Amino acid sequence: MATEAISVRVPGRSAGHDLRAVKVVLHREMLRFVNDRTRMLSMLMQPVLWLFVMGTGLGSLVQGSIPGVDYRTFMYPGMISMTVIMTGMFSAGSIVWDREFGFLREMLVAPVSRGAIVIGKCLGGAIVATGQGVVILAMAGLVGVPYSPTLFATLLAEMFLAAFTITAFGVMLAARMKNMQTFFGLMQMAIMPMMFLSGAMFPLANLPSWLHVLTVVNPMTYAVDPMREAVFSHLNVPAAVNAVLNPGVRWFDFQVPVALELGIVAALGAALLAVGVAEFKRAE
Amino acid sequence: MTADPAIAVRGLKKTYGKVEAVKGVDFEVRPGEVFGFLGPNGAGKTTTISMLCTLVNPTGGSATVAGHDVVKERDEVRRNIGLVFQDPTLDGYLSAEQNLRFHAELYGVPKRVVGDRIRQVMEMVALWDRKDAKVMTFSGGMKRRLEIARGLLHSPRVLFLDEPTVGLDPQTRSAIWGYINQLRLTEDITIFMTTHYMDEAEYCERIAIIDHGEIVVIDSPEALKASVGKDRVQIQTADDTEAIKALRERFGLDAAVHEGAVTFAVASGEEFVPRLFAELGMPIRSVSVSRPSLDDVFMSYTGSTIRDAESGDGNMAWMRAMARR
Repeated sequence: MATEAISVRVPGRSAGHDLRAVKVVLHREMLRFVNDRTRMLSMLMQPVLWLFVMGTGLGSLVQGSIPGVDYRTFMYPGMISMTVIMTGMFSAGSIVWDREFGFLREMLVAPVSRGAIVIGKCLGGAIVATGQGVVILAMAGLVGVPYSPTLFATLLAEMFLAAFTITAFGVMLAARMKNMQTFFGLMQMAIMPMMFLSGAMFPLANLPSWLHVLTVVNPMTYAVDPMREAVFSHLNVPAAVNAVLNPGVRWFDFQVPVALELGIVAALGAALLAVGVAEFKRAE
Repeated sequence: MTADPAIAVRGLKKTYGKVEAVKGVDFEVRPGEVFGFLGPNGAGKTTTISMLCTLVNPTGGSATVAGHDVVKERDEVRRNIGLVFQDPTLDGYLSAEQNLRFHAELYGVPKRVVGDRIRQVMEMVALWDRKDAKVMTFSGGMKRRLEIARGLLHSPRVLFLDEPTVGLDPQTRSAIWGYINQLRLTEDITIFMTTHYMDEAEYCERIAIIDHGEIVVIDSPEALKASVGKDRVQIQTADDTEAIKALRERFGLDAAVHEGAVTFAVASGEEFVPRLFAELGMPIRSVSVSRPSLDDVFMSYTGSTIRDAESGDGNMAWMRAMARR
């Protein structure tokens, strides 16, 4: 130890400093994901099973009623959102993991705003989830969806938005959780009904009114529908079939436009993020 | 240095429900000092350190660390302190260097010094050659060393070490003490630590003995031991009975045979030994002088040994047997 100590002056808080914190929390999220191959695979397993096994099986059953469209093509946008949502939730769950293993403490005693940490986490989750979604995007050809650059750009943006919102939701849940089992239990409880009621598995047209109400209040519906809208706009589908498979979302007589749907998802994401930040501030 | 105290604490208090974990403590730590909090588990050490580190809000009283209030200027305090917790807070899936880089970014260490500084602190704890290994492959001692390096990365003015050597083997413990001592030479830093190992408290310049949420006494280990009083002197002679008789007649001392040697207590053992040789009037084969230990100090201030205090009233004998192995 002959070397002179390198002097470090830690600067006061600034926007630049918070930005660095956001970036490094995000960076860690990605490193963790890239290092964990099993997680990557297991996150892909479920949607692929749904798409190619369930989709093929059910598809042969309903073939007659939807002429000209492969049932798997219908399921495709739903499975993209499913992948994104599962991955985003898992990323959020790592907060609970960090708490159990003490790393959360390292972040919480740092001289940065809680907001920077939570935003970094949500962005990280969203990017990882979008990356996972890209793998499903790559399979488009297998289910008869064209490889169109505009379509993919639209889907990517929508995926990112959905992923950010769901990660924010997960972070909000995880803020108070003490162990992984509770979190994953709760996550299953929240995700399954949201999944089933979102139109990811079956079309939302001609549903009994009680079920219709549930699908309309389900926030995930507004994440899935724009993706389906995007996919179907790039397909040649008979109008009658399109009305069955891609009915959009209706509030009474009002057909909800895609822009509003995306706005709902974004607003929800921002609100959940704010709640998450507030929870971390309060937890001190 | 006539600077302001590194840590100043006034009537600091923390209650959890009806339990008073810390009952209003007062103390000051001077800049550059190694200050130890000594007490049994559950005495309020970790609660105090958590309040000083802005992790827990005090119920009452006030504290400043590096000149900043721990409640009102939380961020300022955080910028100026380094922390090494009792439990590891590393990300096992990241490499050692990645863990430090994360810390540097989070603390806003200027970009152009990050790399050099990481190398410097890792070399200090002899982990530079393992920088690319995942932390989960590290032993407990390596993890603790890495945490110490990380705690120093942003050049804190005060380093908090909560039981830095608990659960480590003796060799690693002494290595960690080596780093801490070396630190005081290379960095301008104040160290505040908690421990329940008596022998480690000896390394501190001053220690506060804390028991049941209150500070019983604060002083240097030397002064504390002196306050307890007498040194223990043991001599080996050819004829123990004769020696005991001579000690009583010539020095007025009560001696007895303990552990196979004639044992007695005097105020200042080292000064007494020359007189002993000159005046005892019989040959002495060997002599040993032992200072009162911090165990004796703890005992005299709290009325129990630290191990008894930790085991409560029950199985004391068993604990003592365990401690002796």
